[in-house]
Amino acid sequence: MEITYLEAIRQALWEEMDRDERVFMLGEDIGVYGGAFKITKGFLDKFGPERVIDTPLSESAIVGAAIGAALMGMRPVVEMQFADFIACAFDQIVNMAAKHHYRIGEPVPMVIRAPYGGGIHAGPYHSQCPEAWFFHVAGLKLVAPSTPRDAKGLLKAAIRDPDPVIYFEHKYLYRHMKGEVPEGDNVVPIGKAEVKRKGSTMSVIAYGAMVEQSLAAAEKLVPEGIDLEVVDLRTLQPLDMETILTSVKKTGRALVVHEAPKTGGIGGEIAARLAEEAFRFLDAPVVRVAAPHIPVPFSPALEEMYLPNADKIALKARELANF
Amino acid sequence: MPGLDLTPVELLKIYYYLKLTRGLEQRVITLYRQGKIIGGVYISAGEEAIAVGSASALEPDDVIAPTHRDLGANLMKGITAKEYLAQYLAKRTGLTRGRDGNVHYGDIRRGVIGFISPMADLLPVAAGVGLAFKLRRERRVVAAFFGDGASSRGDFHEALNFASVMKLPVVFICHNNQFAYSTPLQKQMAVENIADRATAYGMPGIAVDGNDVLAVRAAVAHAASRARQGEGPSLVEGKTMRMRGHAEHDDASYVPPALLEEWRKRDPIDRFDAYLREQKILDDITAKEIAERLSKEIEEAVSFAESSPFPDGTDLLEGVYAS
Repeated sequence: MEITYLEAIRQALWEEMDRDERVFMLGEDIGVYGGAFKITKGFLDKFGPERVIDTPLSESAIVGAAIGAALMGMRPVVEMQFADFIACAFDQIVNMAAKHHYRIGEPVPMVIRAPYGGGIHAGPYHSQCPEAWFFHVAGLKLVAPSTPRDAKGLLKAAIRDPDPVIYFEHKYLYRHMKGEVPEGDNVVPIGKAEVKRKGSTMSVIAYGAMVEQSLAAAEKLVPEGIDLEVVDLRTLQPLDMETILTSVKKTGRALVVHEAPKTGGIGGEIAARLAEEAFRFLDAPVVRVAAPHIPVPFSPALEEMYLPNADKIALKARELANF
Repeated sequence: MPGLDLTPVELLKIYYYLKLTRGLEQRVITLYRQGKIIGGVYISAGEEAIAVGSASALEPDDVIAPTHRDLGANLMKGITAKEYLAQYLAKRTGLTRGRDGNVHYGDIRRGVIGFISPMADLLPVAAGVGLAFKLRRERRVVAAFFGDGASSRGDFHEALNFASVMKLPVVFICHNNQFAYSTPLQKQMAVENIADRATAYGMPGIAVDGNDVLAVRAAVAHAASRARQGEGPSLVEGKTMRMRGHAEHDDASYVPPALLEEWRKRDPIDRFDAYLREQKILDDITAKEIAERLSKEIEEAVSFAESSPFPDGTDLLEGVYAS
């Protein structure tokens, strides 16, 4: 049965809460109100106020408390109301959670759900893609699913993982994206990219909402004889270079796509790794399609110009194919 | 009068840990001057009563979130002199195996959360430990230490509010030692007592003579008992004085000598020593026996630390993640 990306997240949370009593959720407005996006609607009635905790408006305390509970063997799942607000908890994430295992040798099993991304006309503080802020920090796992199947399977994996995981769930996909989700307890492993479309002209490396746009670009280019292979990273950290390299070595061309600004984005790291590890296989320079280095603008007219989309990806892919 | 509930054995245990703390730190200062210490040296001389008095009020399965001036509490929780010195010497046998330095160590199995440099970060983490206790219906308490400087950070506010709203079993314990590095109290805050802030969070707050180990113990014992009964957190402020620099490289020339002189007369160990002699619990023979035991323990720890190997780096890149 087809379900939405949002429903997939909801199901994963529900099933994990049901499966393991150590799992509990904390965040702003997640209980009585059911969350800003209604993902946790109905959870309070089923699991009670001790496992679905409405907290004060205190992102740093929420994450810090999750770390403390995790150290005591619990499995906290934090909902950041918007990924943008994760900046308020940055110190706890990068200084406390991320480094603890390397320093002390104790696991910190926790998940921070971060609703991120644009396309919902919400402006500079409700649209950001902050994954690169954390990509640089050793000790965090970062996942960013693009489909309901991966959304459900990766959230289950994240909750069962012994390390701190930031789960980037794309707000645009919540209700726009529908797809089949396998029956039963399906876990998508962290650290594994997936080729979402096989092709021969070039490898498009994308994640989150840009996977759908890349697949749409691929369809647009079929009549022109340009055949895109679309690699969905799914996990951003640790990065699955093996899958990326296998694809690029086959196609000889790489186009990296992300919604976050190009400057200092994850695409830069992927391009550098390809230059270091696959230079002899490349028939053309690695190119990137990403947002400009500006805050996310509010007006739909401006946001449309800001966001990468299928047309912009197709345009770059055409240039790259003709290099 | 505080202390009347304690047996002579318990009182002498407190005495032992006060002296062990001071003796170990004096030894570290010597090693520092001999150039054997890697990095900074953080000394709690003059404020040992807060750490030891507080820890003496806890049950064995309670947890502490220490600061850099809580060696006494760490020792009472079972951190050994050997581990402490090996950590200072950056040896493989230190608690972080050379991965972190000086006072940055912990072991959750012994109830010690590893301290980190950003001040007040451990307060929300402690709240989370308390949350785990509450959710699991465990009658355990967490003692969360911080300094006057840390009380200016947002995490202090977030943690105290969070813990109070959720009635978590946390005792927040302040070393008010008058200086945060070179910054005196009057530049840190516009109120007289940090304990007064408790009112704003809806929890009891008490300021005690931080150089009176039994007064500290009594205040923390009362707060811990309250927390254990599900009545929520408290704030205990120990008024004390930092008798040395922020770290040993700092000559603290910004501290008025008269202030130090005044506080030297109120040395917590001298006072407790006098009290025990007055109570006929300590005499010259017992004091000498204890001094010999301490000297042996400290020198064995020095030998252990000095003869321990440095980390060989074979696992440098490992352990960033738990899996």
